[in-house]
Amino acid sequence: MPLDKPYKDVPGTTIFDADQSRKGYWLNQFCMSLMKAPNRERFKADERAYLDEWPMTEEQKQAVLARDLNRCIQLGGNIYFLAKIGATDGKSFQQMAGSMTGMSEEEYRDMMIGGGRPSTWTPPAKEQK
Amino acid sequence: MARITASVYTSHVPAIGAAMDLGKTQEPYWQKVFAGYEPSREWIKANKPDVVFLVYNDHATAFSLEIIPTFAIGTAAEFAVADEGWGPRPVPKVEGHPELASHIAQSVIQQDFDLTIVNKMDVDHGLTVPLSLMCGQPEAWPFKVIPFAVNVVQYPVPSGKRCFMLGQAIRKAIESFDGDLNVQVWGTGGMSHQLQGPRAGLINKEWDNRFLDRLVDDPQGLAEVPHIEYVREAGSEGIELVMWLIARGAMADVAGGRNKPVVKHRFYHVPASNTAVGHLILENT
Repeated sequence: MPLDKPYKDVPGTTIFDADQSRKGYWLNQFCMSLMKAPNRERFKADERAYLDEWPMTEEQKQAVLARDLNRCIQLGGNIYFLAKIGATDGKSFQQMAGSMTGMSEEEYRDMMIGGGRPSTWTPPAKEQK
Repeated sequence: MARITASVYTSHVPAIGAAMDLGKTQEPYWQKVFAGYEPSREWIKANKPDVVFLVYNDHATAFSLEIIPTFAIGTAAEFAVADEGWGPRPVPKVEGHPELASHIAQSVIQQDFDLTIVNKMDVDHGLTVPLSLMCGQPEAWPFKVIPFAVNVVQYPVPSGKRCFMLGQAIRKAIESFDGDLNVQVWGTGGMSHQLQGPRAGLINKEWDNRFLDRLVDDPQGLAEVPHIEYVREAGSEGIELVMWLIARGAMADVAGGRNKPVVKHRFYHVPASNTAVGHLILENT
């Protein structure tokens, strides 16, 4: 019998469950390596070469190179791990979160000051599957 | 005998720590957050515990995907402040209480909660931001801290019900410790927030405030709320709020005490960075 996963239909949300974690293991472990300053330096010096040291999929590497956090998450990344890439790039958590919403940094910040996104939010029609 | 005198609940947003570390607390954006903790800093000076049992979650800092403990108790004499990628926060190291921590581990495991025992662990903003919010910027933290890390990163995280029951076991453990200690239990994380995907930025003031109401008046009922409601209503990272139920489960009324805890302080503010800030102080009577 399949496991109950009632969180699959929450719009604009990917829950980091055991399946996602399995898919994203090396992607997240690569992110974890960026907690060490020498690794951050090596990554910044040659991102592609550094990524090639990890048994990640090509799609995962491309998503990291493009800093496409939504894609990284689809491919098994978890935001707390992906945040290490943001730290390496000198980005705040708000900049990282905002980058996934299609809003500009300013629009996102203003939305938060205005009380945030309502829980009843649904994606614009063109993004709906 | 050790006794639990109070519980404290607070968000642990990393940007709050950064605002303190970078001297931004007087900026209007942050002033609104810190004003809500001024009474708390007075309160803790007047009600200084010997030990804080601090429930928090690690954010891919001490625990990578190599090992993912659901409940981990820190039994070391001290815990270093982690470098989360921006350099370690300039805050004092955290001193543990190995005797009480080991006692709690032994007692709680015998009450059927299979804790992971951790003797070496760096602590991240999940633990240090609540200390900063409550204590400001002292040379040393004014009490010992037992870190208690809960997995809320990889699903499934423990249920609210399980957390509430665990709090009750922790209460029994602390009260059976043969030493005269004033202990507070803190539950941290939340409130509503979502840090990922196109839905990032979610905030739900109504749901959060109902959570605060029920945490005080109906913790048993609140503990029945399933994960999916947290995800839908409070955002994917709002699930951190299950940790508040551990602290609430440790209060006297849950163990059959006659009186509900007294609300010494309550605060709610949106936003701090991506997150709704919630805060409660409850005293046993």
